[in-house]
Amino acid sequence: MTIPTSLTIHEAHRLLAKKELSSTELTRAYLSRIESVEPKVRALMTVTSELAMKQAAAADKRIADGDIKPLTGVPGVIKDVLCTRDARTTCSSKMLENFVPPYDAAIVEKLYADGMVLLGKTNLDEFAMGSSTENSAYFRTHNPWDLQRVPGGSSGGSAAAVAAGESVFALGSDTGGSIRQPASFCSIVGVKPTYGRVSRYGLISYASSLDQIGPMTQDVEDAAIVLNAISGHDERDSTSMPNPVPDYTRVLGRDLRGMKLGIPKEYFVDGMQPEVDTAIKTAIKKLEELGANIDWNVSLPSTPHALAVYYIIAPSEASANLARYDGVRYGFSCQDAAGMWDALEKTRQFGFGPEVKRRIMLGTYALSAGYYDAYYLKAQKVRTLIRREFDAAFEKYDALITPTSPTVPFKAGEKSDDLMAMYLSDVCTMPVNIAGVPAISIPAGFGGSLPIGMQIIGKNFAEETLLRIAHAYEQATEWHKQKPEI
Amino acid sequence: MKLTREEVLHIAALAKLGMTEEDIDRFGTQLSNILENFEALRKVNTDGVPPTTQPNTLCNVMKDDVVQPSLPVEDVLANAPAREGDFFRIRAVME
Repeated sequence: MTIPTSLTIHEAHRLLAKKELSSTELTRAYLSRIESVEPKVRALMTVTSELAMKQAAAADKRIADGDIKPLTGVPGVIKDVLCTRDARTTCSSKMLENFVPPYDAAIVEKLYADGMVLLGKTNLDEFAMGSSTENSAYFRTHNPWDLQRVPGGSSGGSAAAVAAGESVFALGSDTGGSIRQPASFCSIVGVKPTYGRVSRYGLISYASSLDQIGPMTQDVEDAAIVLNAISGHDERDSTSMPNPVPDYTRVLGRDLRGMKLGIPKEYFVDGMQPEVDTAIKTAIKKLEELGANIDWNVSLPSTPHALAVYYIIAPSEASANLARYDGVRYGFSCQDAAGMWDALEKTRQFGFGPEVKRRIMLGTYALSAGYYDAYYLKAQKVRTLIRREFDAAFEKYDALITPTSPTVPFKAGEKSDDLMAMYLSDVCTMPVNIAGVPAISIPAGFGGSLPIGMQIIGKNFAEETLLRIAHAYEQATEWHKQKPEI
Repeated sequence: MKLTREEVLHIAALAKLGMTEEDIDRFGTQLSNILENFEALRKVNTDGVPPTTQPNTLCNVMKDDVVQPSLPVEDVLANAPAREGDFFRIRAVME
């Protein structure tokens, strides 16, 4: 039997449960798919073939013993910013080129306990700073829909691997849009859960008040399955919330009658491509046909400030978090130096790439004496205004609908020299991290042959509402069934 | 308003980042451009608005002070660029 490498988690699970397919066969099929398309896509920092075959054999034994969970024996990939003891974890930085973490991230523990098979670690913008995966210190990842274009970022490797059929599913992290924007660019589903929903223990920190881990999958049901597996309280992450974890698959299939959806006008920004505007408005009309009540006149007036708030808060937190790279305990260490301070400065000069240095400099400036009140404190206050506007909106609406990104995937190199243009790629996703609320991006059409994503934003811990809306839309459309030819 | 060479060097020193002459020039221009784009933020009225440090409602998360197993010393030192016995080896701090 030829094993297709376009199986969803739920499809693979069904075949594994019925013993029509073994995890070993499935894993081998995906490893061979990786071998054939990876030279074109370049989604993976590290392929963990041996580990995968070992885990697949263990999963097969477990399944033979009648112990199967939705992810048992299913191959996936993990963004290379999440610690894995069995595979180096680079953050796509020269700083961590040979770093093998001494422990697994909390979500890795959970996924392993459920029997996931790890195929590899995915490429990203160095330390998750970027929107195109062009900032990887190693190589750029290509968008499977058009190899000349970027897959988005920073979880671009995860998105491209899923879209190219190199993996059944992926895990990403999202600080300002790093799951949702690449999901949109590669026509897959990506979820940024509520801040505190998923433990970040073992996630290498970028901006701690914004970072969150989430699923990147081929459809909404898969996203619910992965969310089930990774959610929950963990005392090793003091920002992890004790809220009970529902079964996220339970709401799938419910209709949208009586749902109130708001369309915030500030998200239909200047510079948005007309094909994105058209696709999202068409998608909203589809939601209306499905029974939702739409209010087209919602306003969240502080939205235009989100970009500045993000680019002050995130670099400030990054400048503190990345102070740990000192060349003493792990990572790159410059030995050719005149003394301790010189070694420290050279380690950081040669270990970090340009975007990481830029953000460390920006954050250090915003936190420095004389500028703290004007930048950092001011940004934190405007952050409160942005949160309050979301809170007020969610008193009236079950969810807000926006584009995920104002554009279709852009060409590699197109925005490399224009920092503000690159930063604007996340203009629709950053406010969500600033407020801490959850959001999902789902395929909502194409501009020519290039993917367009729709973002659904909900109130804190309303992941079920988002999945319900996303699933109803997905089942009424065909976008998620289209696959790139590579 | 372009950041001066001295300002760039001051920030780089605070951040412990070594810089080439080219870096100093480039970061000066780029950071100035970025900061100019943020000027509108200063005009937002935030009188009486408290800052948000993080978005969830938890504060002062405590746990009992109980001894628990920690990582083995060998595992912790496995990535060390230089070690001496059970210690990380660093360069002399006092010169």
